[in-house]
Amino acid sequence: MSEEQIRSLERQFDEKIARDEKIEPKDWMPEKYRQTHIRQMSQHAHSEIVGMLPEGNWITRAPSLRRKVALLAKVQDEAGHGLYLYSATETLGISREEMYEQLHTGKAKYSSIFNYPTLTWADMGAIGWLVDGAAIINQVPLCNTSYGPYARAMIRVCKEESFHQRQGFEIMLKLANGTPEQKEMAQDALNRWWWPSLMMLGPTDDKSVHTEQSMKWKLKRKTNDELRQQFIDQTVPQADILGLTIPDPDLKWNEERQSYDFGEINWDEFWQVVKGHGPMNKERMKARVGAWERGEWVRDAAMAHAEKKQARKEKQAV
Amino acid sequence: MSTKNWPLWEIFVRSKNGLEHRHCGSLHAADSEMALENARDVYTRRNEGVSIWVVESKHITASNPENNGELFEPAQDKVYRHPTFYDLPDDVKHM
Repeated sequence: MSEEQIRSLERQFDEKIARDEKIEPKDWMPEKYRQTHIRQMSQHAHSEIVGMLPEGNWITRAPSLRRKVALLAKVQDEAGHGLYLYSATETLGISREEMYEQLHTGKAKYSSIFNYPTLTWADMGAIGWLVDGAAIINQVPLCNTSYGPYARAMIRVCKEESFHQRQGFEIMLKLANGTPEQKEMAQDALNRWWWPSLMMLGPTDDKSVHTEQSMKWKLKRKTNDELRQQFIDQTVPQADILGLTIPDPDLKWNEERQSYDFGEINWDEFWQVVKGHGPMNKERMKARVGAWERGEWVRDAAMAHAEKKQARKEKQAV
Repeated sequence: MSTKNWPLWEIFVRSKNGLEHRHCGSLHAADSEMALENARDVYTRRNEGVSIWVVESKHITASNPENNGELFEPAQDKVYRHPTFYDLPDDVKHM
């Protein structure tokens, strides 16, 4: 294809997206669109899968049957969300094995929030309330993104996600209204998860390298800073209902902006965790790679069994 | 390294009797039985279905969007295939 032809195809492609038409797997797309989507969608899938680990840690120690079934269902949803997203990404021409390989070798990233440890039961509350809360803010606009398979997967994810946040808030509410020790445990969890949750919405706009292109492709509808402000404005009143204090001395309602002003985020910490130096990075990868390697004989046996059954069926048919 | 990877399957779910099966996504499984079992867990965790079809993805033949012109445009100028094309007086009822 000549350069001129490509430019013309790109122009038609951009116009199509501007008209809010969806792009489907077999449609022509610029190579950069394909690569950017593979990167973002696979990282999204990896985050769902790695995100099971901090919570899986508490399933056996949930304080009641009600809490246990809810946590199990939530973790199972996360496995499901990872699978929707992996198969949506495969429509762009990358195999599942390649994606796993990228995760396991550290080439692909996942949300840095999952590199923090879950130390107490209250962390299950804080994760549902804050981490899923921030994730929902990030994900809802993606239901309208330009790549059809991604948008469809996100509609399913968002529909299922809202129970995650509500069950987290319920855990926090119960602890906040419990004994002084329980309330302290809830406050401690909020103290530890608040700032990482703000970081989860991504670097500030002036440091975010992909924003402009992603906005054009509707991979992003709002900037990181806008999303972060939205998250803070909706979460602060929820903390008030819990009677807990957000660990930010600079947090203050700004009458003029009709929004909360907030303190400086420790971006050094964020980049440290992204680069692999968070408290749990090594642990998470060890668990993922270990599960993959220990499962290999099961995958091979299932395939051998399927082939044997198929061969027997064919023999009978003759 | 595994010798063979599980093939990909396309999943179709009927949400209730009376409605058609609709494509809802795909997944990997060693064979059709496992694809059905996995589809139950991945795509019908909240009563989304009463029936599931699984088809190995390699058996699907899809039209190429590059041929959309010749495939679908001929239908655009055939307005006479629609009832509104025909002129009838207003007092004709039940038609």
